[in-house]
Amino acid sequence: MTIIKSKINSKSTDFVANAVAMQAQVDDLKATLTKISQGGGSKACERHIGRGKLLPRERVQGLLDPGSPFLELSALAAHDVYGEDVPAAGIITGIGRVSGQECVVVVNDATVKGGSYYPLTVKKHLRAQAIAAENNLPCVYLVDSGGANLPRQDDVFPDREHFGRIFFNQANMSARNIPQIAAVMGSCTAGGAYVPAMADESIIVKEQGTIFLAGPPLVKAATGEIVTAEELGGADVHCRTSGVADHLANNDHHALDLARKAVARLNRSKPVNGDLKETVEPVYDSKEIYGVIPADSRKSYDVREIIARIVDGSDFDEFKVLYGTTLVCGFARIFGYPVGIVANNGILFGESAQKGAHFIELCAQRKIPLVFLQNITGFMVGKQYENDGIAKHGAKMVTAVATANVPKFTILIGGSFGAGNYGMCGRAYDPRLMFMWPNARISVMGGEQAAGVLAQVTRDKYERDGVEWGADDEAKFKQPIIDNYEHQGHPYYASARLWDDGVIDPADTRMVLGLSISASHNRVIEDTKFGVFRM
Amino acid sequence: MFNKILIANRGEIACRIIKTARLMGIETVAVYSDADRHALHVQMADEAIHIGSSPSSESYLVIKKIIQAAIKTGAEAIHPGYGFLSENAEFCRQCAANSLVFIGPPVEAILAMGSKSAAKTIMADAGVPLVPGYHDDDQNPDIIKQAANKMGYPVLLKAAAGGGGKGMRAVHCEADFDEALDAAKREAMNGFNDDIMLVEKYLLKPRHVEIQVFCDSHKNAVYLFERDCSVQRRHQKVIEEAPAPNMTDALRKQMGAAALKAAKAINYEGAGTVEFLLDTKGEFFFMEMNTRLQVEHPVTEMISGQDLVEWQLRVAAGEPLPCSQDQLKINGHAFEARIYAEDPDHDFLPATGVLKCLQAPAENAHVRVDTGVVEGDEVSIYYDPMIAKLVVWDTDRDRALQRLTCALSEYRISGLTTNIGFLYNLAISQSFQHGDVDTRYIEEHEQEIFRQRDSDINYAAPLAAAAIVKLREQKAINTANSSSESNSPWHLSNSWGLPQPNIRLQIQQAVVESVVDSDINLEGINIAKTDAGFDLFTPQGFFHCAELQPDLGIDNEDSHGGNLNAPMNGTLVTLLVDVGAKVSKGDTLLVMEAMKMEHTIIAPSDGVVTEFYFQAGDLVDGGTELLVFEATSE
Repeated sequence: MTIIKSKINSKSTDFVANAVAMQAQVDDLKATLTKISQGGGSKACERHIGRGKLLPRERVQGLLDPGSPFLELSALAAHDVYGEDVPAAGIITGIGRVSGQECVVVVNDATVKGGSYYPLTVKKHLRAQAIAAENNLPCVYLVDSGGANLPRQDDVFPDREHFGRIFFNQANMSARNIPQIAAVMGSCTAGGAYVPAMADESIIVKEQGTIFLAGPPLVKAATGEIVTAEELGGADVHCRTSGVADHLANNDHHALDLARKAVARLNRSKPVNGDLKETVEPVYDSKEIYGVIPADSRKSYDVREIIARIVDGSDFDEFKVLYGTTLVCGFARIFGYPVGIVANNGILFGESAQKGAHFIELCAQRKIPLVFLQNITGFMVGKQYENDGIAKHGAKMVTAVATANVPKFTILIGGSFGAGNYGMCGRAYDPRLMFMWPNARISVMGGEQAAGVLAQVTRDKYERDGVEWGADDEAKFKQPIIDNYEHQGHPYYASARLWDDGVIDPADTRMVLGLSISASHNRVIEDTKFGVFRM
Repeated sequence: MFNKILIANRGEIACRIIKTARLMGIETVAVYSDADRHALHVQMADEAIHIGSSPSSESYLVIKKIIQAAIKTGAEAIHPGYGFLSENAEFCRQCAANSLVFIGPPVEAILAMGSKSAAKTIMADAGVPLVPGYHDDDQNPDIIKQAANKMGYPVLLKAAAGGGGKGMRAVHCEADFDEALDAAKREAMNGFNDDIMLVEKYLLKPRHVEIQVFCDSHKNAVYLFERDCSVQRRHQKVIEEAPAPNMTDALRKQMGAAALKAAKAINYEGAGTVEFLLDTKGEFFFMEMNTRLQVEHPVTEMISGQDLVEWQLRVAAGEPLPCSQDQLKINGHAFEARIYAEDPDHDFLPATGVLKCLQAPAENAHVRVDTGVVEGDEVSIYYDPMIAKLVVWDTDRDRALQRLTCALSEYRISGLTTNIGFLYNLAISQSFQHGDVDTRYIEEHEQEIFRQRDSDINYAAPLAAAAIVKLREQKAINTANSSSESNSPWHLSNSWGLPQPNIRLQIQQAVVESVVDSDINLEGINIAKTDAGFDLFTPQGFFHCAELQPDLGIDNEDSHGGNLNAPMNGTLVTLLVDVGAKVSKGDTLLVMEAMKMEHTIIAPSDGVVTEFYFQAGDLVDGGTELLVFEATSE
């Protein structure tokens, strides 16, 4: 038991100012998410309800066990991307409990552009499937979509990670006994028709759900046959005649009930790995994180203050506390699950990278999930460090992170710049789930640094050409670069493009991690085989 | 003293008598019917004799069988309890004829009080006050008026042939008399073609106050104070208390003296109760005398510190009364609430079924529970559906009443409908709290007691919603604890990550939708899970609640025909239609009898009965399919 002793005074001016700044960012996040949660707007929602359908979020609620949590993913997807509002990319995804079983749920939002698939809708759907596959979670699809967004077909249809991959995933997950359940609660046209067709069990709502490869207009155009949607691919047809669907539902509630029953009879039990303990709340209030994070991102702070507000009992057993001190590594528990925590506490040096690699090896050996708290401007630069082999030390850490076969979870709590992102399990390193705080920033390097580098290059060129380049000119040159980095490094920009799985309120970090880690335990942790470490 | 007695009764009173007998070192013999083979009183007694099949007419009411059982077991005396044979003169005689002591009054006293009108004559002769009335055939208006003047206003004019309030008039002063009499006569003539009128003194807010008396064979007689049993529904007592609220010492003495006068007039022995009506002016009038131990005797025991069953046994054995009048003192205040299997919301229809859960509040110096059933027992159609008597005591009325409401809210019964919520609402109703009761109390405070008003529902809705969340939480904790991963945050039940949806609820008869307000405090509110949902005991009242499940659009077969089921355990009385005959929606198909009440099974739509599964006279269990009904297609 090593309880972190917080040195923060919640009455201090700094703390109060920090808290105000973070609160403003969290408020903005919540306002944005609230707007997104309203889907395609009141008119579209009214029309949807008028058809006797439940709104997609009501469907989620009805599907999940009453009162159980829902870990929504990528709510900001497609935010400010297409020049038109496509809230949540027209699809709600997340992890939730259905009949006592953690599942990935994928729910089309027909109030958003008829539930049609934009490129980011496809990406989000695929990401949800990837999460299901990695964590061995059954999938429940609540289908209500017109299919691919035709004007954007080139970014939706042809490529490897496009629409077709959805069905490839369904088939391959089914092959691994990751159950695929689909309920057709609206249209399900063209490629979309394969979601229920490829499902292990499918449900369809009568006089509401339709499944067909080509809708009545296309049929008429192709063959001249005149047919109603219901005759072509209604619930009755598919449950009685075609056999495309298995269970006939009277209405949305009934479909959800049938889906819950389908999950209830999967005959799965969660393999419980390792040594679990009772949950203990942290000694310090999670909400105090607001006051810990400096309003000025260039100021430093002790990352242990964050850890103290996330882990059970604020109890943290540090590894190599005296060595490579810019990387904090240690063992803790979150909601009773053992975790290894790797957190930045400054720039990465060779020692910190080696310590990190060692610690990750320990966790992989012991099958302890890893949590990365990422706040990194990068590895140390300069002659001394290059000559000491910081690149190979960094490579050791990157190798360890890349090949460690334990669930990894990454939270961007501050900066995520350059190779630091790799060493700290950025998106490319397949963390099971990855979230950002509203104050976080992500880019290849900081905006100031990038502008500085580009300015230096430009100045060199001007100097070669003997052209005068004043400080004003340089500032004017740098500003748009800085602005652009700030814009593209913003969490909303990142999350809109699915570079993470969502932007979260820092005060929710413990809960999000708890749910994520617990869900990951649906898959047995396997042995790790590391790559070659450059010594 | 006797060595062995037989108890010719069942249920709580049999158990009650056994307890005292055991304390006195007397062996006990129980008798039982088929239905009571495993009943508590059978288990508690030293011996038990089977006396016949379940209907009481074939068991508990068969004098011969009971006398035989007593002879066979060597019992010296028989305690009849209340009900059944307790006021049966023939039984009393048969005991004597077989040299068995009947633990009760002499047969003459039973006979004397057995006829209500004869009893009144005896009491009038003995100078016990009766409700003044004029019942003469002489219909001369002046003579009737004179009689009214003599009894004092207000008076009530009643048509001799009357009913349903027709030809009935309250007259508040002499000046109004003539006009009222004319009007009443006209109404009576129109209504019944007969205008003969009676006059009775109209008692304002009368209370039912009864005096417990005790007499021995040595000419000693005492009264053990009064009980107020004013709160009644359909002439059945609901909550009784002792002493009566607002009773003065002087009035108590007066009534006590009158009660003893009544007892002495018939040479009474043993425990008896003289019932009076008491009006707001402190005048009281004899109603009747019960020549047995009353159901509500425990409240008297609680305030007097005496064991009335012990007194009965001593008196029956020829001993003198254990106390003299001046040794008896009132200590504190006691209430008794009768817990019944019945449905107060449906005209107190008796309920039957298995007591799936039966948890009484913990007994202690303040709380006493007299019962004859345990969890798992069945409340059958054969006998009175009383489950228990909840008796509470404290130093004063307010505290005792607080004990009562608290104990009621802790009572947990599931498997059948009970009147606990009704009793709770009654106990917390304001006038009852103030002791302002009379025999019309329940009718006059219906709204307050039945809690169906919009304001009641609006009050209960957010509490019920919060209760659902709390129940969910408890269920989640149970699920978590029984899993191998109890620490998982997925077990949480606070809808994290989703907006808390509105909850659709049924409260009493109303359907409402309520938001979940996490700030609602459920402290001081008792939640009792039931088969249908849960009950809420709040400071403002009791509410039946249930979370409504979403409509799955699954057709209810019954609305289109299909099979019709028995509403409760009972006997099939008559089949009213022939198999194959066409019937219209609403036609009565058959009549069942249960709990001495008739229930009809009605055609749900136009159609045909294609098969009856039972004959008239058959016994059926609640829920059993009775017939096959085919609806005519439109």
